[in-house]
Amino acid sequence: MKLGVLFSGGKDSTFACWKAMQQEEVVCLITVISGNPESYMFHTPNIHLAALQAEAAGLPLVEVETAGEKEEELLDLARALLAAREQFGIEGVVTGAVLSVYQAARVQRVCRELDLWCFNPLWNADQEAYMEEIIDAGFRVIIAGVFSSPFDESWLGREIDRRTLDELREIARKHRITLIGEGGEFETFVIDAPFFSRRIAIEEVSRVYRNYNGVLRIERAGLVAK
Amino acid sequence: MILIVDLCYRAGSLSRDEFVGPIERLLREAKTPFFTRHYTAVGAPEIEAADGVILCGTALRDTGFAEHPELFRWLPAFGRPVLGISSGMRVLAAAFGGGTEPCCEIGMTDVRVLAPDPLFAGREGFSAYGVHEFAVQVPDTFVSLAASDRCIQAIRHRSLPLYGLLFHPEVRNEWIVERFLQLLEAAR
Repeated sequence: MKLGVLFSGGKDSTFACWKAMQQEEVVCLITVISGNPESYMFHTPNIHLAALQAEAAGLPLVEVETAGEKEEELLDLARALLAAREQFGIEGVVTGAVLSVYQAARVQRVCRELDLWCFNPLWNADQEAYMEEIIDAGFRVIIAGVFSSPFDESWLGREIDRRTLDELREIARKHRITLIGEGGEFETFVIDAPFFSRRIAIEEVSRVYRNYNGVLRIERAGLVAK
Repeated sequence: MILIVDLCYRAGSLSRDEFVGPIERLLREAKTPFFTRHYTAVGAPEIEAADGVILCGTALRDTGFAEHPELFRWLPAFGRPVLGISSGMRVLAAAFGGGTEPCCEIGMTDVRVLAPDPLFAGREGFSAYGVHEFAVQVPDTFVSLAASDRCIQAIRHRSLPLYGLLFHPEVRNEWIVERFLQLLEAAR
């Protein structure tokens, strides 16, 4: 089955893509770029680098912009999926939804309207096993945004390795947040994945941080051999 | 030992982690032994070894299982507890002659309990996650246990411990799966 992956460049959609590649044929990545920083569906700090990640993966990218108004952005999502079907013949869509009923239900509805299959390979996943698998499988993931206490500025740019995962476990336990940051406590950016032929090298970043709210914006990055 | 039946479009499919994995995790957490088989690979040895069965859901467009009613003829004679979830409810109802009718619900739905049953004891209603295109026409041998504003959400056989749920209890209503496991334990 030819599939398009709804792609943000963070760990969940990238991992979902990898899962999909093991079972079906992933023919493109699909990115909706939201102009609204409050968007529940699509906002993520380094979405402008999805094209570089797609290049690293050797996959074409379908990009659609949205103003990010709550229900309007679903029309823009439909526009993106239609473009992916037209250009690459997708028969289904893959998302990285884990726990968000809000996101999952909305994508399911759009897929139904367009007669597309909808796959959520991380849905309700065991979070501990998922985070372990990310590291074991060779994904390299950095924290690119923090949006909640106790994540201070020092977390911006940190790679999720074993030591960081141990700290995240402790924070999840103490602060009653999900280990994977599903409540939007932190955002991630993938610099390498098992299906990337080259990895992302970050060359220049800028940080904006205030009171447990911060973003690591990757200003310049390139691809280098692995 | 519980037999988990994967109803997805093929064994080891991309939908497996979405519809079968969460049920396996709940059983693991409840320390309930289980084994999983794709519906095309369930034969006499699997049926004989099972103390109970959970029939899992499928993706919205995945209805291949409905084209093979002959593969579910063992259900009426099984006699031990069965929990059919979403597409699994459809399979269970079909095995007893129940058809389907269009009823698309995607997302959270308010469910009202209609009849007393140990599965929902102490609850008058709850919010549940559904992803389905069809509801089932309740067979004569079943009673309706719960409903949304649009369709029947839960059924039970009149004399056998067979349950069907249209919504997905593994999403935000894990307690229902846990209660089914308790019923199963009590039935042994």
